[in-house]
Amino acid sequence: MRLMFDEVRSNKIKSWILIFVFMILIGFLGAIIGILYGSIYFGLAIALLFGMIYSLIGFFSGNSMILAMTKAKPVTKKEYPYLYNTVEAVAISASIPTPKAYVIDDSALNAFATGRNHETASITVTTGLLKTMNRQELEGVVAHEMSHIKNYDIRVMMLAAVLIGIVTLLSDFLLRSFLWGGGRNRDSKGGNIGIILIVVGLVLAVLSPIIGEMIRLAISRKREFMADANGAILTRYPPGLASALRKIASDPDPFVDHANKATAHLFISTPFRNKKGFVSKLFMTHPPIEERIKRLEAM
Amino acid sequence: MNTSTIIIIILAVFVLFVIFLYNSLIRLRNQVKNSWAQIDVQLKRRNDLIPNLVEAVKGYMKHEKGVLENVTKARTQFLKATSIEGKAKASNMLSETLKSLFAVSENYPNLKANENFMQLQEELSGTENKIAYSRQHYNDMVMFFNTKIEKFPNNIFANMLSFKQEQMFEATEAEKKNVKVQF
Repeated sequence: MRLMFDEVRSNKIKSWILIFVFMILIGFLGAIIGILYGSIYFGLAIALLFGMIYSLIGFFSGNSMILAMTKAKPVTKKEYPYLYNTVEAVAISASIPTPKAYVIDDSALNAFATGRNHETASITVTTGLLKTMNRQELEGVVAHEMSHIKNYDIRVMMLAAVLIGIVTLLSDFLLRSFLWGGGRNRDSKGGNIGIILIVVGLVLAVLSPIIGEMIRLAISRKREFMADANGAILTRYPPGLASALRKIASDPDPFVDHANKATAHLFISTPFRNKKGFVSKLFMTHPPIEERIKRLEAM
Repeated sequence: MNTSTIIIIILAVFVLFVIFLYNSLIRLRNQVKNSWAQIDVQLKRRNDLIPNLVEAVKGYMKHEKGVLENVTKARTQFLKATSIEGKAKASNMLSETLKSLFAVSENYPNLKANENFMQLQEELSGTENKIAYSRQHYNDMVMFFNTKIEKFPNNIFANMLSFKQEQMFEATEAEKKNVKVQF
């Protein structure tokens, strides 16, 4: 339990750091765009304003957007008492308000959680998963998701996704402006400093989305291990989740329709078919299942 | 720095320590109370479900009067329990009687197929699960609280501020061995 306390605090701090770092990055990109168009301040202002609006929308309606994108349907206790009771029970163990339950009609075995805070949280499960898991396994999966909610992992991941989105858009805009001759005032800003700044800006424009994405994934992977461990602590029964992961690993069709790159990292297991190879390992949203099962069994 | 300043600083540190300790003990004790309330909610829910269960089952399990009676008796005993340990013991017994009832119901396919019975079974099994989780959580909170007031130097002040150890929700070791249904 102490573990969780520290994680919650560290996640809240990380959220602020993320915001801070990205604001600086956005500001920098905005300034460079500004230079190309003749006024640094103008570029800065536009970038920051745009950034704020985008992030506010993303942050506050992120939940509903993701649920809509994956076609998740809210369910009541009457429709799915088994699922509802399980979610309620694990929420008691985690001592957070009971998240809303959602179901995706898909034969693939998967689940995910959303929720920037405890009160707006939700847990979604596929019908395939409900059919194949027994009580301990379902509890393990729900506990894993509940840990993400409780730790504010979701908040950090949503913020990261939104901020990367902004950086990507700005980088794109910057590159386009440069390529299509937006630099009306390039000559008047002349001198070495101006050119160096622009070169740096271009490098950043190309690299930042990639770096941002890799950071997001690295954070994601460590988080998955932590969520496994914390979920096992919640249920006091690591074999439950281990067994569930084993079933998920041997799922012949892990595709979840309507999942895409933006939502992939929220699922308990990658919703795409696993490609082998170094590059795909770098961009894996989840650590390999065998590794996760091994760690759980060692608990 | 003269002596009086040093003394004042020491006193200030001391007072701050006591204030922080007091506040954190209040917080931990409230967590204990809150998690107890959670158990209570689930225990009450189980109690409320049982009469429905007995009604639903009576018609089908006419020759199993003993099992049914045990459930009702265990429930009455639980309602009479007052101490935390008493409630834990009675709760364990009630769980056992319910387990027997559901085990016996396996022999009655008509009963098993009954919609009402299936719902009650799921509700009760879900509630037993929640009782287990809320017990776990309550006991964790009790452990944090007790550890904090037992540690040194907290124990000195805890005594003075009248913080007493809380009780875990569990039967003693001796009882755990004999959870036979006895009246």
